[in-house]
Amino acid sequence: MSKQWDIIIQPKRNVLDINLKQLYKYKDLLFLFVKRDVVTIYKQTILGPIWFFVQPVLTMVIYVFVFGKIANISTDGIPQPLFYLSGIVMWNYFAESFNQTADTFTKNANLFGKVFFPRLIVPLSKVLSALIKFVIQFLLFLALYLYFLFNTNVIHPSYLIVLLPILLLLMAGLGLGFGLIFSSLTTKYKDLKFLIQFGVQLLMYATPIIYPLSTIPGKYQFWIKLNPITHIIETFKSIFLGSGQFSTNGLLYACVFTLFILTLGVLIFNKTEQKFMDTV
Amino acid sequence: MKKNIAIKVENLSKQYRLGEIGTGSLSHDLNRFFAKIRGKEDPYSIIGQTNDRTATAESDYVWALKDINFEVEQGEVLGIIGRNGAGKSTLLKLISQITAPTTGAIKAKGRIASLLEVGTGMHPEMTARENIFLNGAILGMTKKEIKAKLDEIIDFAGCQLYIDTPLKRFSSGMRVRLGFAVAAFLEPEILIVDEVLAVGDAEFQKKAIGKMKDISAGGGRTVLFVSHNMASVINLCTTGIVLENGQITFNGSANDAVDCYLKNSTKTSNNRKWDLVNAPGNEKIKVTEISIKESDGKTNFTIDSKLTLSYKLYTQIENATLGTTIVIKNSKEDIIFSDGAIIASDRNSKKGFYFVQVNFPYKILNSDSYSIDLIVGENRRYALLNEENILNFEILFGGNIKHDKKLPGIIYQELNWSIKHSEEV
Repeated sequence: MSKQWDIIIQPKRNVLDINLKQLYKYKDLLFLFVKRDVVTIYKQTILGPIWFFVQPVLTMVIYVFVFGKIANISTDGIPQPLFYLSGIVMWNYFAESFNQTADTFTKNANLFGKVFFPRLIVPLSKVLSALIKFVIQFLLFLALYLYFLFNTNVIHPSYLIVLLPILLLLMAGLGLGFGLIFSSLTTKYKDLKFLIQFGVQLLMYATPIIYPLSTIPGKYQFWIKLNPITHIIETFKSIFLGSGQFSTNGLLYACVFTLFILTLGVLIFNKTEQKFMDTV
Repeated sequence: MKKNIAIKVENLSKQYRLGEIGTGSLSHDLNRFFAKIRGKEDPYSIIGQTNDRTATAESDYVWALKDINFEVEQGEVLGIIGRNGAGKSTLLKLISQITAPTTGAIKAKGRIASLLEVGTGMHPEMTARENIFLNGAILGMTKKEIKAKLDEIIDFAGCQLYIDTPLKRFSSGMRVRLGFAVAAFLEPEILIVDEVLAVGDAEFQKKAIGKMKDISAGGGRTVLFVSHNMASVINLCTTGIVLENGQITFNGSANDAVDCYLKNSTKTSNNRKWDLVNAPGNEKIKVTEISIKESDGKTNFTIDSKLTLSYKLYTQIENATLGTTIVIKNSKEDIIFSDGAIIASDRNSKKGFYFVQVNFPYKILNSDSYSIDLIVGENRRYALLNEENILNFEILFGGNIKHDKKLPGIIYQELNWSIKHSEEV
């Protein structure tokens, strides 16, 4: 008689034991979760997906007013609406990816307590839903972008625009990686929940969203550049608008950082998912 | 003899922390960490007591399950029975991979699907059709598999008319039907079911039980079934294990397991006593003793048993009219009958104890598990005390009765029949 077991459940899994094959088997669930997120948000609303536009547009208007007109922060010669909107749209993708994944365990405790499926499916689906939201908001940016491109001559796009998918991957990777780490830690130490709320807000001010990196005095530049998102945003602005600082080293740093955070996140998440039902 | 084992459970244990998690957990984590880097054993895995609800806490940790070993053959329907808190749900959670065991291992062949709840993950804003896909995918089906069975699922749930209606417009019963219908067509090699049959109307329960039987008999699938309803355990299962305080106390055929469980459980819940301080009730009135006994002193009640319920009330109320009522409910919470009597009439109640004794009719209660609610009222108006499920007892099939097989029906009744025969009209 062959003792060929398909499933062996044991107390401790190897740290590196990530079942990718199993993850792939559940790919249909991934897309159904994405569908659920996108379809249900705006059910029984009149404007529907138009709400995706409202938030960035209003934020942009406020930024133009507060930071542009009142505080008079430079935008490196780029039209203020376009400058802010480019930052907002990119930042939103990171913030959405992070916020939506950071409470994976606590928010889905009910579901996770009843049925087994690879837990990683849930945060992955959130990042994909965020991508859909990003694409819609990016169309808004594109419309504004084309308007300024043809009506003014301050915008100088670069052929490096093809790097956009990599920038998105980095944003998604960072959001997901941090989200996985925080979602794992909050199962035991709920204090972190409060940190996340304003942490994202603070991090935004440490990223060149409302100001260009070039306005930062030399001695602070080092700290701002430690933030990997800085390089992603600056690259985005540089390839689309021709105003940011494009630095290959900075981008490489962001890549390595993202890979590290994402790996760490997946490992911690994988370890937590086995026992979190006992502590959540 | 070749046995085809579908699930093998080896030395399985699960430890839980008592008390509030979070307080002191950081220091425990640090202690663990230091023990680990010094190469020592986890300082908290040595201590821990058995899972006994009546004991008081001696350490911070408790073993919800301790050294569980059993095997389930393919095609077998295993019933898992035990009192509340005996570790049944923990065992199911471990087998369905919701949480990891502390020690030991579970080995299984094929896909495991657990039905600890029906309709898990369904979203109220989405239509029934969308929810079938979502729920099916959560349970491990692929889109293709669901598509192939969609018509059958809709048919089984009986909701063709509402298939494109959002789930929030469904009644709760309809949601359960839909959830069970998806699960019924799951076709895993191993199915884990936790008392989900206790919902839905009678027709649907019958359908669900029938479907479960088909699953194990027809497809050679293995089913693990947890229930408090002894009748459905006997009806459905081939083998059974009894859990008590996190340990297996019996492992054998389903019938024997039920007998064993009832024998043990009747000892405690057939006869309950409290001291005056801890007795259920309030300042005005308390129940200090309640028991149900058979006239011959047998502990196994059967349909022909002559049962007597006795209880002792302690009251502080003077000059009131007191009445008491008992309500007998079966395992489905249907009220079989209720009756009451005056304890003290014409506002002449006195402080102290009242002893109440009442005989039950016999050959009326069908074999099932029953619970009793005890109510005491004042002046025919106010309920002073309403203790639900204060006593539980089981009636087994058997005794000196006409039939040799359990007949359906809420009550048992032997009728007087008269039959005549004639060759002409």
